Amino acid sequence: MKIIVCLKQVPKNDSILRINEQGNWIQDRDLTYEINESDAYGLEAALQLKEKHGGEVIALSLGPPRVQTVIKEALARGADRGLHLEDTVFDGLDAFGIASVIAAAAKAEGFDLLLTGLQSDDYGFAQTGVIAAELLGLPHATIVMDVESKEGTIRVKRELESGFFQWVSMPAPAVLTIQSGINTLRYATLKGIMAAKKKEIKKLDAAAVGVDQASLAPKMAFRRVYLPQKSKQTQFIEGTPAEIASKLMDKLKNEARVF
Amino acid sequence: MANGILVFIEHADGKINRASYEAVRAAQLIGAQTGQEVSAIIFGEGIGDLVAEVAAKKIKTVYTVENKWLRSYTADGYTHALRQIIEQLQPALVLMTHTYEVRDFAPKLAASLKRALLGDNISYKIEEGNLIFARQIFQGKLAADVVPVGDAPHFVSFQIGSFRGDECETGQAEVKALTVNLDADVIRQHPEERFKEARAAVDLTQASLIVSVGRGIKEQKNIEIVKKLADALGAELSASRPICDNEWLPMDRQIGSSGQTVAPKLYLAVGISGAIQHLVGMKGSRTIVAINKDPEAPIFEIADYGIVGDLFEIVPALTAEAEKLKQ
Repeated sequence: MKIIVCLKQVPKNDSILRINEQGNWIQDRDLTYEINESDAYGLEAALQLKEKHGGEVIALSLGPPRVQTVIKEALARGADRGLHLEDTVFDGLDAFGIASVIAAAAKAEGFDLLLTGLQSDDYGFAQTGVIAAELLGLPHATIVMDVESKEGTIRVKRELESGFFQWVSMPAPAVLTIQSGINTLRYATLKGIMAAKKKEIKKLDAAAVGVDQASLAPKMAFRRVYLPQKSKQTQFIEGTPAEIASKLMDKLKNEARVF
Repeated sequence: MANGILVFIEHADGKINRASYEAVRAAQLIGAQTGQEVSAIIFGEGIGDLVAEVAAKKIKTVYTVENKWLRSYTADGYTHALRQIIEQLQPALVLMTHTYEVRDFAPKLAASLKRALLGDNISYKIEEGNLIFARQIFQGKLAADVVPVGDAPHFVSFQIGSFRGDECETGQAEVKALTVNLDADVIRQHPEERFKEARAAVDLTQASLIVSVGRGIKEQKNIEIVKKLADALGAELSASRPICDNEWLPMDRQIGSSGQTVAPKLYLAVGISGAIQHLVGMKGSRTIVAINKDPEAPIFEIADYGIVGDLFEIVPALTAEAEKLKQ
């Protein structure tokens, strides 16, 4: 089974974010990065499928040179090789553009399964995998909790709303978006880190990927990025823990009247 | 020339998804401001009662497609059907609520027409005649105004809870049946029956006081201090998703899009940062208290009372205070 897993590098969850001077994105200097949370679960799902069915796991990341860190981390955890899609024309692409690049690279590579996380922790579009499936002409499933593979058929457990689940089958190759928390992430071992140094990371620019430049034209735009407007006026309560406790209980009783 | 707003209506188990009425309400508001007519589309088989229910809203036309290949939801079936309907009706705007079902097929639908889905918005505004949508980024830490680029139709979804479905204006819509071409070949997903994993033993929707615990609690054994606070207040204990994923509390105590949606008198969030998926499950609560060490945590956006500090100091102090109050 040949699995390509897409890994996005995003600012660390606890990063302090500052808006850039143009007011249309964040300042990216001084940030530290990590693998997008649900993508890490996609990688683990890919590694577990490989352990069960054999085959190969390819870690794919799109972005500037720094994203090689997430590819190397994936190789250290057990992925077989890396694909780094890097070109200045990829900067600031919308979900359709990113999916176009990934779809072109994945098509050239060939695969049985293309995995992404269900959404990124930065844009939060939750679309890249689904769009890539459409561009590749392949079936897909989203918010996947479990994956089974048997004789060319992929059977996945999807999470629905309000506590419901559903198994859905489809022919391979297919594209799946993976939910966070579905498996237990492994850490890279020292042996894995050493082995990763010998693994290949192939770099591909727009020409090498063979993506149609017209498909990178923006279909949506960010006008402005700003701090969220509060829907409520929050009263912050300060003091020692005992003072806070007494003030809060008083407010809940006499102001909000919840007791 | 593309014109009008088309609202996608979702249903399961013979019931309209209430969240779809939020998209109807959004369409009514946008339609009134932009002078566009609102229509709705509903797919299925044997859905006459559901169509009648939707037609009682102030909508010009409820379009309905009855087709055996649309009996159960599939991403392929719904994408093919809705694309054909859009080609017939030529709407300027296709509006949806950002449910799990919409997330599953709407990006594919928009991509098949070489359009973007402007997904998961929380509001809209009109500037110089143009619709601008606002959405959360970085898990709610920042917000962004987004616009579609290129020709209509444009595809937009709103986050659950962004509009009040119960404020839909009522009326009498005309109902029109449309047909689409579908066959077994285009539908590659084969869904099985929907099921629930654990029987929801705890019905949190009826609780008037809820204390909820999140990732900030760090370790399973620490949950005890939050449980003590819940007990002292006579409140139910609930949790955000990571806690239930780790099996520190059972799944039936999870609040959020994949868990229960609650609206108690008091929702006290302990160590919960407030990811969007959690907020949609509790933002209707009457009074929200948040305790978090990060002053930038999105939970404070919707909190009435905020405490920035160490939950391991504050929660025991609150428990002691609640015990005093009881006496």
